[in-house]
Amino acid sequence: MAAALINVPKNAKRGEIIEIKTLMSHIMETGYRHTSTGEVVPRDIITSFTCRYNGAEIFRADLFPAIAANPFITFFTVATESGKFDFEWVGDNGFSETASASISVE
Amino acid sequence: MYKQDSTRRQFIGLAGSAAVLGAVPMVALRPAEATPATLATAIRNVVGTAVVKTGKVKLDIPPLVENGNTVPMTVSVANPMSPDDYVKSIHVFNEKNPQSNIGNFYLGPRAGRAQISTRIRLADSQKIVAIARLSDDSWWSATVDVVVTLAACTEEVI
Repeated sequence: MAAALINVPKNAKRGEIIEIKTLMSHIMETGYRHTSTGEVVPRDIITSFTCRYNGAEIFRADLFPAIAANPFITFFTVATESGKFDFEWVGDNGFSETASASISVE
Repeated sequence: MYKQDSTRRQFIGLAGSAAVLGAVPMVALRPAEATPATLATAIRNVVGTAVVKTGKVKLDIPPLVENGNTVPMTVSVANPMSPDDYVKSIHVFNEKNPQSNIGNFYLGPRAGRAQISTRIRLADSQKIVAIARLSDDSWWSATVDVVVTLAACTEEVI
């Protein structure tokens, strides 16, 4: 059900700085909202995002309720070698999703 | 004549003290949301006792936001991102959301460029603070004031 959108260049020159864009569909319920009957809507957010490049962690983020729904995160890395990016989102209520993208570096 | 003057004086006096009384509950209501004090605490929890200097960090966020539910934000740090001089992490805080933290982003020398973007929620017109930790453990910050027309986070679910 959960859908991830990943944007990683397919090809890059060795040493080139590339931008990685990620989006994970998620409600990101803050836990600070109330229903019309006054009950608190329980928190349901993604708390952690990690990106690994051929197994080595290159980027990590702790997310809080102040991150908008469908967390969109972009960051940069140096294209060092051909291989795979692994993305992982972990959140409340056992939420856990992964995605991957490959890159070829000349 | 004298009597009238006195009641007028009394009235003005009463009105004045009523205004003062009226102002007190307004101030007392503030702690329901995060305040500059909780912002300072949230920053201390991350930074510890280190000194945070102003500069090096650039916080790009629209100064006037129509919808606080999704506000694009970019934080970049002027840094060569070399193996011996790089940005370790970027932390973003707010002043008036129910919780002062927005996000912690951990980078490393492999990032190439110290820049991250995301979309955030803002519950009120307020101050946003971005703090970066460099590889020599110095801390740098940037602060931006944002005006929000439609607030996020606390509205009612229909």
